[in-house]
Amino acid sequence: MHITVKTDACVGAGQCALVAGAVFDQDDDGIVVVLDPDPDVSEASAVLRAAALCPARAITVHE
Amino acid sequence: MARRHRIVIVGASLAGLTTAEALRAEGYDGEILLLGDEGNLPYGRPPLSKQVLLGDWDPEQAIFKSRQDLDDLRIQFRDLQPATGLDIGGRAVHTATEALDFDELVIATGTRSRSSWVEAGVQTLRTLDDAVSIRRAMRGPQRVAVLGAGILGSEIAAAGRTLGASVALIGRSSTITFGAVGGALSARLEELHEKHDVQLYLGRAVHGIAATADEFRVTFAGGGDHTADVVVAAIGGVPNVEWLEDSGLVLDDGVVCDARGAAAPGVYAVGDVAAWSDPVTGVARRVEHQSNAIEQAMAVAGTIVHDRTSPAPVPFFWSEIHGARIKAYGRFPAQHPLIVSDDSIADRPVLLSSDGDGRITGVVAWDAPPPAFRAARHLVDKAKEMQ
Repeated sequence: MHITVKTDACVGAGQCALVAGAVFDQDDDGIVVVLDPDPDVSEASAVLRAAALCPARAITVHE
Repeated sequence: MARRHRIVIVGASLAGLTTAEALRAEGYDGEILLLGDEGNLPYGRPPLSKQVLLGDWDPEQAIFKSRQDLDDLRIQFRDLQPATGLDIGGRAVHTATEALDFDELVIATGTRSRSSWVEAGVQTLRTLDDAVSIRRAMRGPQRVAVLGAGILGSEIAAAGRTLGASVALIGRSSTITFGAVGGALSARLEELHEKHDVQLYLGRAVHGIAATADEFRVTFAGGGDHTADVVVAAIGGVPNVEWLEDSGLVLDDGVVCDARGAAAPGVYAVGDVAAWSDPVTGVARRVEHQSNAIEQAMAVAGTIVHDRTSPAPVPFFWSEIHGARIKAYGRFPAQHPLIVSDDSIADRPVLLSSDGDGRITGVVAWDAPPPAFRAARHLVDKAKEMQ
């Protein structure tokens, strides 16, 4: 899987960093930072949950 | 041949779309019909009063999914098909032109803007088209009056200042309310607005609005008035439930549901229109937050596909006003004062709502650094686990 993010949509809720901390972090303004754009399959369910819970829908997961 | 199992979702905004996506993510293989009525693909509302109003985004950037994306998920999207009635016994939703059979139904018809003065030319902000229209009206050296001193009113006022308008914010209450946090942030919000030259009229009920050829005169109940070129009302939403009036569902400021979002067997409601019962108190109440709509949609998909019960969502909402990012997580009973957390940075504090026994029920990050907000959220989750 491959992850892209729309940083101009991100509101810094931090849901992604809470749900999938190995893949997402936040910068000083709270904006999403992708630590691993091509994460291991073992992260798949956490990443999908992070994308679904993002209140700004800023995370896209590509197959 | 018998037709396939079918779920009809009425309302194609975030709650409806997320339900459809979550059904597929849970492995649902039947038909999904998603009915919309706005003439747009599903889009997000939070950017309307922020990026779209400021012109930082083209309106299309608020759209979540292309037709192709919906086709790929086998979601049959039917736009401009408002539901007109529901026959629960007959398992059918009616539109102006047809009856759509369903096995399960998800109601996600949301709210519309409340306004008593639309005939006078007062604008409201709910849809993508509204945002484009208000943006056009506010540009330049206009005098803008915003009615309603809540989150949306504050965002519109801030956008107006950024666009170069002179702005007045008018509220019936003597405080500025911040969603479920209530009036506890009012002093901070007043200071923020005043710093950015927003003229505040708080505790001023509007008596009437008179439109002349080129301006509006807003008169106050206690005397006095204010003149503006553009008036925008942000005084709350009304649930879209008229189409359900003869359905037999219980309607009381929204569609009354149990703690899993069921309004009747096989009939669910999600998002702004849905009043889910609190699992502890049993009180049914609507919650108009984006993250609530997402979590309710995911919970209902889990219930429909796997009969799973999800934990009640913890409210989370946010705003950006004059550049200050304000986030709130948890619950804020009116009797709890907001206390500044000890380890806060002075201008960017974390504020705590405590129940008196030291349990933190809610936290507000006022422009606070992200790690501080994440740590504070943990306090709320921990207190909830101990209940």
